Amino acid sequence: MTPKKVVLRFPAEVSDKPLIYYLVKDYNLMVNILKANINPHKQGTMIMELSGDKFDAGIAFLESRGVNVQPLSEEIVRNEDRCISCGACTAICPSGALFVERPAMTVRFDGGKCVVCQLCTRACPIRAMEVKF
Amino acid sequence: MSIRTYAEINARLRKGNAVVVTAEEVVSMVREQGLTETARQVDVVTTGTFAPMCSSGVYLNFGHSAPRVKGHRITLNDVPAYGGLAAVDTYLGATAVPEDDPLNSTHPGEFRYGGGHVIHDLVAGKPVKLRVIGYGTDCYPRREIETYVTLDDLNEVVLFNPRNAYQNYNVAVNLGDSTLYTYMGVLKPRLGNAHYSTSGQLSPLLKDPYFRTIGIGTRIFLGGGIGYVVWNGTQHFPSVREGPVKGSVFAAGGTLTVLGDLKQMSPQWLVGASFLGYGATLVVGIGVPIPILDEEVLRYTALSDAELYAPVMDYNKAYPQRLSETLGLVSYAELKSGTIKINGQNVPTASMSSYSKAREIAGILKEWLLGGEFLLSEPAQLLPSPHAGLVGKPLEIKGPKEC
Ligand code: SF4
Ligand code: SF4
Repeated sequence: MTPKKVVLRFPAEVSDKPLIYYLVKDYNLMVNILKANINPHKQGTMIMELSGDKFDAGIAFLESRGVNVQPLSEEIVRNEDRCISCGACTAICPSGALFVERPAMTVRFDGGKCVVCQLCTRACPIRAMEVKF
Repeated sequence: MSIRTYAEINARLRKGNAVVVTAEEVVSMVREQGLTETARQVDVVTTGTFAPMCSSGVYLNFGHSAPRVKGHRITLNDVPAYGGLAAVDTYLGATAVPEDDPLNSTHPGEFRYGGGHVIHDLVAGKPVKLRVIGYGTDCYPRREIETYVTLDDLNEVVLFNPRNAYQNYNVAVNLGDSTLYTYMGVLKPRLGNAHYSTSGQLSPLLKDPYFRTIGIGTRIFLGGGIGYVVWNGTQHFPSVREGPVKGSVFAAGGTLTVLGDLKQMSPQWLVGASFLGYGATLVVGIGVPIPILDEEVLRYTALSDAELYAPVMDYNKAYPQRLSETLGLVSYAELKSGTIKINGQNVPTASMSSYSKAREIAGILKEWLLGGEFLLSEPAQLLPSPHAGLVGKPLEIKGPKEC
């Protein structure tokens, strides 16, 4: 089967458990981690490609452990015309995708680091961060 | 000792040989060549700020329909405006939200569209739905109108902001255990972040803390056009004291009331904003020119981020409960570095006010001045300085007999 891209969101209680190891060992899945991040509150986000016959069983296992699993169908983009480079998103973004470039103090967005947690879409007062499906 | 007058500066601006620098540029100039030499050279220092300013709004006159209506309930894009002025005059505040906005019923509310957004749409030239309900009088018989208007259709549209350009602001943190949704943005629990909101060394009132030059009639950059300081802002209680480092300054409490014709402003510098769980507002661009009348005026314009301080305040308890305790002072240099230390903990910082846009405003104002089309206006009266000793009165809850 072709690999599927998924977003996994780990609550703080399980982010230190070796769940991915079980996906490989017990469900024989091929795992390719594209991005991973744990925020200061110990909540984790991981974007990965998964393939294997026991895909559905593997996902069910993750969900039984409290992991939120979503297909990666969304992407975050910044509406560059709207962004005023304030910074209100930068301490909220858990992955460092939104950051201040010093000394110019302009706010930059690195889509490659974004883990699509969507926190910025509501924390940005200008609504410059948009979800693209 | 006075070095130059407004008239002399304006003569030089007209001739095109005045020296104008931004509040950022003047910092390094004074560092390199000293106060006296810089004061001799520089005529004007330009400042800038681009930040959410809730006490903002427009008053407007939408003209008379046939038959006439006396506005009792008025909305613009469903956002309620004030119906307590003359028949077709109204005031729309930046924080007003539609009657049917869910507000914080599901916390945190989104406040996606409010008065600030209407002002942005108006200045962008977009059609705005105007709804007017009257109660019918002999002279104003009509009871209802729904129509679309643009900025050009309206008679006067005047940006009139009772409190803008706050001199300094709290650095907001959260000592509690759950996330807070405030006008200072989303504050993560247990000192997860620290949010501040002035442009530091570019901030207009931090650069003239004794109000030596800013007063009624000062011509300014407002929302991308020309505006004026028309009074002190509400809650104008300026104070200045030395910061933790010798020669540094902790100034706070000054505010401006500003006014200008919206028709010559730009949507780039008046932007509607939605603070999650708090409300709608308007991000306003302001730039104030400071004439270098003497060395003392220059000395304050040349204060750097490292010499300007802001107080850290807990928004879990101290701020909402109006307790005066702060968690100490931090400099704008520390704030801009990205991390500050509070109670021994490293806390990431972020700004609600755009420093890069503030710099752009100071640069535009400088160009206007150098172009000779924007002249300085000498205030009819300076705003009250810290020496006036103004202090805020708290609101006490009492009955009529206790007054
Ligand atoms: S909060 Fe929004 S407007 Fe401000 S820097 Fe981030 S994306 Fe840009
Ligand atoms: S969705 Fe926004 S907050 Fe989340 S990682 Fe991407 S840029 Fe950062």
